[in-house]
Amino acid sequence: MTTRSMRALSGTLKPLFSLRSPQGFVVAACHQTHKSTYTAPPARYGGRHTVTLIPGDGIGPELAKHVCELFRFCCVPVDFEVVNVDSTKTSEDDINNAIMAIRRNGVALKGNIETNHNLPPSHKSRNSLLRTTLDLYASVMHSQSLPGVRTHHRNIDIITIRENTEGEYSSLEHESVPGVVECLKIITRTKSLRIADYAFRTAREKGRRRVTAIHKANIMKLGDGLFLECCKEVASGYPEITFNSMIVDNTTMQLVSRPQQFDVMVMPNLYGNVVSNVCAGLVGGPGLVPGANYGENYAVFETGTRNTGKSIANKNTANPTAMLLASCLLLDHLKLHGYASMIRKAILSTITDSQLHTADLGGKGSTSEMVQSIMDAIQSSGPRTQRH
Amino acid sequence: SILCNKTCVCPASQIQTVTLIPGDGIGPEISNAVMKIFEAAKAPIRWEERNVTAIRGPGGKWMIPPDAKESMDKNKIGLKGPLKTPIAAGHPSMNLLLRKTFDLYANVRPCVSIEGYQTPYTDVNLVTIRENTEGEYSGIEHVIVDGVVQSIKLITEQASKRIAEYAFEYARNNQRASVTAVHKANIMRMSDGLFLRKCREAAEKYKDVKFTEMYLDTVCLNMVQDPTQFDVLVMPNLYGDILSDLCAGLIGGLGVTPSGNIGANGVAIFESVHGTAPDIAGKDLANPTALLLSAVMMLRHMGLHGHAKKIESACFDTIRDRKVLTKDLGGNSKCSEFTEAICQRMKDMD
Repeated sequence: MTTRSMRALSGTLKPLFSLRSPQGFVVAACHQTHKSTYTAPPARYGGRHTVTLIPGDGIGPELAKHVCELFRFCCVPVDFEVVNVDSTKTSEDDINNAIMAIRRNGVALKGNIETNHNLPPSHKSRNSLLRTTLDLYASVMHSQSLPGVRTHHRNIDIITIRENTEGEYSSLEHESVPGVVECLKIITRTKSLRIADYAFRTAREKGRRRVTAIHKANIMKLGDGLFLECCKEVASGYPEITFNSMIVDNTTMQLVSRPQQFDVMVMPNLYGNVVSNVCAGLVGGPGLVPGANYGENYAVFETGTRNTGKSIANKNTANPTAMLLASCLLLDHLKLHGYASMIRKAILSTITDSQLHTADLGGKGSTSEMVQSIMDAIQSSGPRTQRH
Repeated sequence: SILCNKTCVCPASQIQTVTLIPGDGIGPEISNAVMKIFEAAKAPIRWEERNVTAIRGPGGKWMIPPDAKESMDKNKIGLKGPLKTPIAAGHPSMNLLLRKTFDLYANVRPCVSIEGYQTPYTDVNLVTIRENTEGEYSGIEHVIVDGVVQSIKLITEQASKRIAEYAFEYARNNQRASVTAVHKANIMRMSDGLFLRKCREAAEKYKDVKFTEMYLDTVCLNMVQDPTQFDVLVMPNLYGDILSDLCAGLIGGLGVTPSGNIGANGVAIFESVHGTAPDIAGKDLANPTALLLSAVMMLRHMGLHGHAKKIESACFDTIRDRKVLTKDLGGNSKCSEFTEAICQRMKDMD
C-alpha cells in the first residue's frame, strides 16, 4: 500500500480504535445496549420541524418543488431549509454546507448530485461524501409490487439493506505502476456487525421472517467471509428469524426468475447497489421506489435508485412517486404518521385507481398532472385543506 | 448469425480435432449426447477426450495433466462439461487452473430467448463479454488488523485494452450494432476510469460499431425492465460475473445458456456453466442443451456455420415442439429420448 492510502486507511481506522474499552476491543453492536427510544430531531420549534432539502441535479429540483407544493397543500408542519450543491464546482464548500445543515436539522430530503467522472480522482462523489461523513451506514429500500403497475413479476415484497459507507466505495485507489491500478475494498468487523444488527432489528420490528445475506465469499474468502461471519453471529441472537446466505450471481439469477422467495436482504456496498437496482427494476422502475439512508444520528431520504434523470430533466415527464414516497418516509421518521399515510394513500390511489401513469410506466401523464391528481385525492378524502 | 471470430478458411471436408473434457457428475452423459448429435449431423469433428483432474507438477505447483495441455495446445479448440469444485482438496478450482493455463481472458455468453421455454422475458438477444483474468477476482486479500480486511481489485491497462478490442472485434464479426461498456467510474474513478478509457480508445478504431457507456446500476435497472435495449456488453470481472448470470436468468437459467472462453494464442474453450448435478448423475435425466449450444457456438467459431445452423435449429425446434423435453424444461423425458428427438429431426432435415 502507498503512504497515501495508508494515511487514508488510518483515517478509517481511527474511529475503530477510539472504541477500545479497558476490557479490549468491544465492538459488536449487538452486545451494547440499544438506544432506548427514538429521540426527536433537534430542529423542532413551535411544533414545526426544519428539514434540509438538497435539490440536486437533473429532475431533482422540479421534484423538490413538487414536494414543497404538496406539503404546503396538506399543511404539513415541516419547513424546508434549501441548500444547493453545485456539482460543477470542484471546491467542497457546497457539500460541506449541506452536511452542516443536515447536522443542524438531523434529517434531510435530497436529490442525486451528479458526479463528473472525467474529473481527476481527487474530486470525490458528493453523494458518497455526504453518506460517509454523516456515517449513514444503512441504505434501506423497500421494493413492493404495486397493483396497477404492469411488470414481468407479481407479488414482490423485498427490503434491501445495504451497507452504505465502506466496501468497494472506500475510494482508496492508487496506481502503483503505470498502467496498473489497485482499488481497495475494505470490509471491517465493526461495520459488518452494525449493518447485520440493523437488518435483523428491522426484520424483527416489521415482522419479517427471513434475512438473506448476499456475498461472494467463495472468491473473496477473507473480505466477504468476514461479512458472512458477522451476519451469522448476529443471526444467532434472533432465533425467530430464519437466516440464509446466497452468492450474488445466483441471487441475480433467482431475482429475475423467482423474486417472491426473498424477504429481507442484507449485503455489502457494491452488491447492494446491484441488487437494489434489480429489485427496483422488477417492481416498475426508478420512478416508483423510495430510499432511505439511516445513521446513528441522522437520516437522509431520497429516491431508491439515486438517478439524476438528466435526460428527462425539466420536461415535466418525471415520475414523482419515488420522491413523494421518500417524503412520506421522512414524515414517518418525524413521527408525523397521519400526514404520511394520507399522502401515501393518495399516491397509491392515483397510480392504481385513476391509472394516471407517467411515461416511465407506459402512460402519457405529466408530473404536474400526477401531483394535481394526488392533491385532488387528498382533498376529496380528508378534512378541508388550504388550496393556493 | 455468424459467430466466427477469425477469418477461418476451413473446408467442410476437412475433419478437425477438438479436445473434449467430459467433466464430472452429469458431464459424461451430456458429452455423449453432444457427440451423438454431432454424429447425426455429420459434423466434421473428431473428439479427443481428456481428463483435467489437477496433479502436482515438478516444484509442487498444481497443474493440469500434461497430455490434456498438449491436446489443447495442438487442437486449440475445446469443449468442456461441468467440473467438480473440490473442497479441501488442497488445489484451486479447476476452472481457475484452466483459465490460468491457457490465459482465457474473455468469457463470452450470448443470451438468446428460447422459444418454447417460457420465461417472463421474451426477445432477449444480447451478449455479455467479461474480462476473466483480473479485476475483483485477483484473489489478493490481507487482514490489516484484526477485524479489518482489504481485498484488492486490480485493473491493468493491458488487460482492459485486450478485452475492449476483443469486444469490438466480436461485434464486427457477428454483425452486432453496438457495444456498451459497463462500469462504476463515478465511484471507482481510477480503476474503472482506466477500463473506460481503454474502451473509448478501442471504440475509435471501430467506428462502424456504436459505443455507449452505462453505469452498472443503470444497466441492472434497465435490464430487468427491458432487456431488448442491450446488444453487446463489455465489463470487468465482477460486474461481468453478476450481469452474465442475470442475463442467463432472463432466458431460463444456466441449464440452457452457452458460454465460450477465449484465450491468447487462438485457444478457445467452450463450456456449459451449470453445476455437476450429482443428484441426477448417471440417471439419464440431465438436460444437454447448455453443452449443445456451447458446442454450436464452437462450430461457429471454427467457421462451420452450416452444421451449426442445422444443429441449433434441430435443438430449438425440438424445444419449441414441447413434446420431448427433459424435466428441467417442463417435460418428463429422458436425456437419451431428448437427444434422439434432436437426431431424428436432423435426419428428417436431410
